[in-house]
Amino acid sequence: MLSIKNLFVSVEGKEILKGINLEINPGEVHAIMGPNGSGKSTLANVLTGKEGYDITEGEVSYNGEDLLEMAPEDRAKEGIFMSFQYPVEIPGVPMVNFLKTAVNEHRKHRNEEPLTAGEFLKLMREKKELVEMDTQLTNRSVNEGFSGGEKKKNEIFQMALLEPKLAILDETDSGLDIDALKTVARGVNALKSPERSTVVVTHYQRLLDYIVPDFVHVLYNGKIVKSAGKELAHELEAKGYDWIKKENGN
Amino acid sequence: MEEQDKILNEVTQGEYKYGFVTDIDTDIIEKGLNEDVVRLISAKKEEPEFMLQFRLDAFRKWQKMKMPDWAYLKIPPINFQEISYFAAPKKKAQYESLNEVDPELLETFNKLGIPLEEQKHLAGVAVDAVIDSVSVKTTFKETLAEKGIIFCSFSEAVKEHPDLIKKYLGQTVPVADNFFAALNSAVFSDGSFCYIPKGVRCPMELSTYFRINAANTGQFERTLIVADDDSYVSYLEGCTAPMRDENQLHAAVVEIITMERAEVKYSTVQNWYPGDKEGKGGIYNFVTKRGVCRGESSKISWTQVETGSAITWKYPSCILIGNNSVGEFNSVAVTNNYQQADTGTKMIHIGKNTKSTIISKGISAGKSDNSYRGLVKVLPKAENSRNFSQCDSLLLGDTCGAHTFPYIEVNNKSSVVEHEATTSKIGEDQIFYCNQRGISTEDAIGMIVNGYAKEVLNKLPMEFAVEAQKLLQISLEGSVG
Repeated sequence: MLSIKNLFVSVEGKEILKGINLEINPGEVHAIMGPNGSGKSTLANVLTGKEGYDITEGEVSYNGEDLLEMAPEDRAKEGIFMSFQYPVEIPGVPMVNFLKTAVNEHRKHRNEEPLTAGEFLKLMREKKELVEMDTQLTNRSVNEGFSGGEKKKNEIFQMALLEPKLAILDETDSGLDIDALKTVARGVNALKSPERSTVVVTHYQRLLDYIVPDFVHVLYNGKIVKSAGKELAHELEAKGYDWIKKENGN
Repeated sequence: MEEQDKILNEVTQGEYKYGFVTDIDTDIIEKGLNEDVVRLISAKKEEPEFMLQFRLDAFRKWQKMKMPDWAYLKIPPINFQEISYFAAPKKKAQYESLNEVDPELLETFNKLGIPLEEQKHLAGVAVDAVIDSVSVKTTFKETLAEKGIIFCSFSEAVKEHPDLIKKYLGQTVPVADNFFAALNSAVFSDGSFCYIPKGVRCPMELSTYFRINAANTGQFERTLIVADDDSYVSYLEGCTAPMRDENQLHAAVVEIITMERAEVKYSTVQNWYPGDKEGKGGIYNFVTKRGVCRGESSKISWTQVETGSAITWKYPSCILIGNNSVGEFNSVAVTNNYQQADTGTKMIHIGKNTKSTIISKGISAGKSDNSYRGLVKVLPKAENSRNFSQCDSLLLGDTCGAHTFPYIEVNNKSSVVEHEATTSKIGEDQIFYCNQRGISTEDAIGMIVNGYAKEVLNKLPMEFAVEAQKLLQISLEGSVG
């Protein structure tokens, strides 16, 4: 589904990713772990098409297409979804309008009729239950005045509405208490399917107790230095990142 | 970055839709301004002596005045002798029935979305249509007359209701109030007059639609609204002009007077031709708008959506004389390309327990400059008065400017004045967030800008709000960097 080959990325002349290789198949859950500054968020941003990153080498193909050539909104409509680490606020734009526009843009892309207001509200109700989203939040402006936990839940709620093929969760656990973390994880797990792949980007192992990965990759200094099964996450939790740093000559 | 700029440019290079010229026979007087011209205008309008004296008084004062230079505007020198001060479609000025109206003119207003046929008209809006210097047609006059409401062109009011005009004209904006008000007082040609009698709630929105058509002319219109005790009216004003390479001058005066417990809502969607992308052409918009809450518990609210004009200089104000009277100013001002706007309000608290609210939302794009300038003045006797001001600026890209000039003067201890201001840049992060949900940059900007301006747009009457929303999206030629 997603194939990253020898990807080099720099920001303002500084090399951040230095030759990433990664294969993701449908239905798989991959965790990308690593210390701060290792390039985790850069990878997530490059995959979703955020501006400001220079791809100096390598290629990324997504379902056989050159992902790096696609506009960010087309990547989204082709099924790539990112749960943002810091979801932005858009004052004055009601969640409902925002989501309806997003859902209908996706439908248009698939040559489907747009949903009517009634149909959309029904869909919203279903998905809210699935991810345990507070019903009041959708009446507010996009992320405005949401608590940290509400913002993250709102991201998963949007994921439920848009039903992506590839979901990238960027530091979804940051700033969450354990209860909020569990709710968010339950939401993500409820959306698991044999077709849907998930990339969990995280610094800590604790989220992976609830969203269990098939593969764990350690990103360090712009490279994937270790890949293994879920047990690697536990090893990291026990030993910290220092041994990785030592092994890689720092 | 480049891609986004490109999309933004495409999105925002909305063409000005109203830039066409109507080919009609126009009666234009010679360029230039002197006492004879003032007398000629008055004569052409067959005005009574008091009007001529009003004009001459204004003209003599104007000659001694200088153009104001305190605004944050670069105004190229204006040669007032190079302008024609009167242009009117030939044939009859005011038409008794639509059959008499030049079909070209009818077509013009249809193109502008202002049908003058009453049965086809948007439900509940009466229109006074002004083209160049004269009012062409006022709709629903008879319906309104049944309630005692006077709604007609200014010229007609001078003839039919001279006592009211004599009593109220120039009371709120004195002839020598400022350079442009004085000029207007000397040469104004037409406009609208509206009088709502005691206890009457006007059953429909009243609207004046201004259209500049002729070249090398200035437009100077005058609006006077008087709301007697316990009355209410909502008034709308729209304006457009053809695309021309030369700048054209528009200097209007609007005066509002509210008596005891009366309320006037005045909404403007200003869409004069803003000039082209290089800053060539466009209307110079120098407008004096002021309302006086004379009566106790009366209220005046100004709501404006400003997207047009090359230069805008405009400060709709409220003078709160009556105790417990209320003034409001709600504004969205958009500037793009080389447009310049210096706009805001004055709230003068004179009566006790007077209240005012200012909400100003500036949006700048391209290479434009957008300034808010506002005065809140509380006089010693205006005890327990309150003002709340909120001035927000939104920048699209990094080649435009946003400026805020608040002036606050409080002369008693029981009053409270609050001022909040924010400046933000339309976030690349906000746009990317929308992109990531499948929403194009074009739609994202429209959404974000309308969200930002929502508080003000919500104050507009329905049909106007929809028009204004679209206008905001079209007007934003510029880029996000």
